[in-house]
Amino acid sequence: MIDKTVENAEDAVKDIQDGATLMMGGFGLSGIPENCIAALLQKNIKNLTIISNNAGVDNFGIGLFLNRRMVKKMISSYVGENDEFERQLLQGELEVELLPQGTLAERIRAGGAGIPAFFTPAGVGTEVAEGKEIREFNGKLYLMELALEADFALVKAWKGDTAGNLIFKGTARNFNPLMATAGKITIAEVEELVPAGSLDPNQIHTPGIYVQRIFQGNSYEKRIEQRTVSI
Amino acid sequence: MLTKEQIAKRIAQEVEHRQYINLGIGIPTLVANYIPSHLEVVLQSENGLLGIGPFPKESEVDPDLINAGKQTITMLPGSALFDSAQSFAMIRGGHVHLTILGAMEVSEHGDIANWKVPGKMVKGMGGAMDLVASAKNIIVAMQHCSKDGHSKLLPTCSLPLTGIRCVKKIVTDLAVLEIAPGGGFVLKERAPNVSVDEIQSKTAGKLIILGEVPEMQFD
Repeated sequence: MIDKTVENAEDAVKDIQDGATLMMGGFGLSGIPENCIAALLQKNIKNLTIISNNAGVDNFGIGLFLNRRMVKKMISSYVGENDEFERQLLQGELEVELLPQGTLAERIRAGGAGIPAFFTPAGVGTEVAEGKEIREFNGKLYLMELALEADFALVKAWKGDTAGNLIFKGTARNFNPLMATAGKITIAEVEELVPAGSLDPNQIHTPGIYVQRIFQGNSYEKRIEQRTVSI
Repeated sequence: MLTKEQIAKRIAQEVEHRQYINLGIGIPTLVANYIPSHLEVVLQSENGLLGIGPFPKESEVDPDLINAGKQTITMLPGSALFDSAQSFAMIRGGHVHLTILGAMEVSEHGDIANWKVPGKMVKGMGGAMDLVASAKNIIVAMQHCSKDGHSKLLPTCSLPLTGIRCVKKIVTDLAVLEIAPGGGFVLKERAPNVSVDEIQSKTAGKLIILGEVPEMQFD
C-alpha cells in the first residue's frame, strides 16, 4: 500500500499559496474540514478561489476566511447564513458564481470523472443560463455546464486509513466524496486514522486513489447551526 | 386567513401514498407534521438523506445528521445516506415525485422566483433550480402578499427567476390556486371566511373563477 499520511494540518496545507483554487467539503457547517481551515488561517494567504456549497457563518468555517479578506471568488449554491458574505458581495468586494446545488455537485463529479461537460435542465430560462449553450433533447431544454477541478480539495471524513480510504458519517458526507475526486491534490482530514487493512473494503466510500494526503484532526467542534429538538 | 401551520396542513392533503417528497425550508418543512400517518411516504433531504425522522431528543442530537435547513434531525428505519451528486441524480432523474417550496413571486404561467432580490438580498438558489426543473409535481407554499402588501401572484415575475413554467399549485394564507395550462391562476378553494373579492383584489395576475369556489376543509 502507498502511505498517504502527513503529520498534521499545517504539514498538509504547507504548499497552498496565494491565488490557489480550493474545493472545501461540507453542507452548512456539517462535514467541513475544520483543521485545514484553522491551518490556512495561520498562513495569511490571499486571492483564493473557493468552491464550496456554502460560505460558512460569520464566525466559523469559510466565514473566517471572508473576515480576513482571504477570498477573491466563491463558487457556491447557498450563502444565506453569512451576513459578511452578503455585504462583500453587494459592495462588489467579492466575486461570486452562484450555481444550482445539483449543478455544482455534478460539475465537481464530472471534473473528477474525466467528463468535460454535461447538460442539465436546472437553470433553463434563468440568469444561470446566460452565456451557456442551450440544447433540446426529447422536447425539453437543457443547458451545458462545464466540469470543475481544483488545485487542492480539502475534505473531512469520519474514518480513514493510511492508504487514504475514507468512510463518511451521516449527512456530513455531502460534497466531500465528490470533491475528493476533483482535486489535483486532495487532503483528507479524519476523526480517526487507522492502519491500512483496518477498514472493511466493502464499506469504503472514497477509495484511496483519490487522496494524496491524510491526517487525523486534533479536535472537532462540529458546530450546530440550528439545534432543533423534540420534547 | 390561514396561519403558517394551516397552510402546511392544507398542503399535507396533497400528499399521496408511496411518494418520495422534498420539502423546502420554512412553511414546507412544517408539512411533515401533518402528513396522515396511514400514508407511506419518504422525505428526501438534498444534503444526502432519504427518510427524514423527527427532531432528536436532546440526548440524541448529532451534528453529523442535519436536514437541508441545517436543523438537527433523526433517521428512520429504512433510511439511506448518500452524497450530493447522488442526491441530485435522484432529483433530476425524476425519482422524487413531489417538491414543496416557498416563493417570493409566482407568475400566472407557473414561473417562480425565490432566490435573489437584486441589490438587496442574495441567498443563492441552493437546490431549488434543480428541484423545479425536474419534479413531476411542484407546489408552492407562501403568503398571498408580501410584507408591504404587494401581491406575490403576478402576470410575470419581476425578480430573477428560479424556474419557468414549473409550478402546478399554490397554497397561500388566502387560497388554493392552480396554474391553468394556457396561463392564469385558477381559484380552487378559499381560506375560511375569505371572500372571492378579497382574493381577486390581492391577486395581480389573471385570476380564473369557475363557478362556486368552496372553502378549504380541515379535519
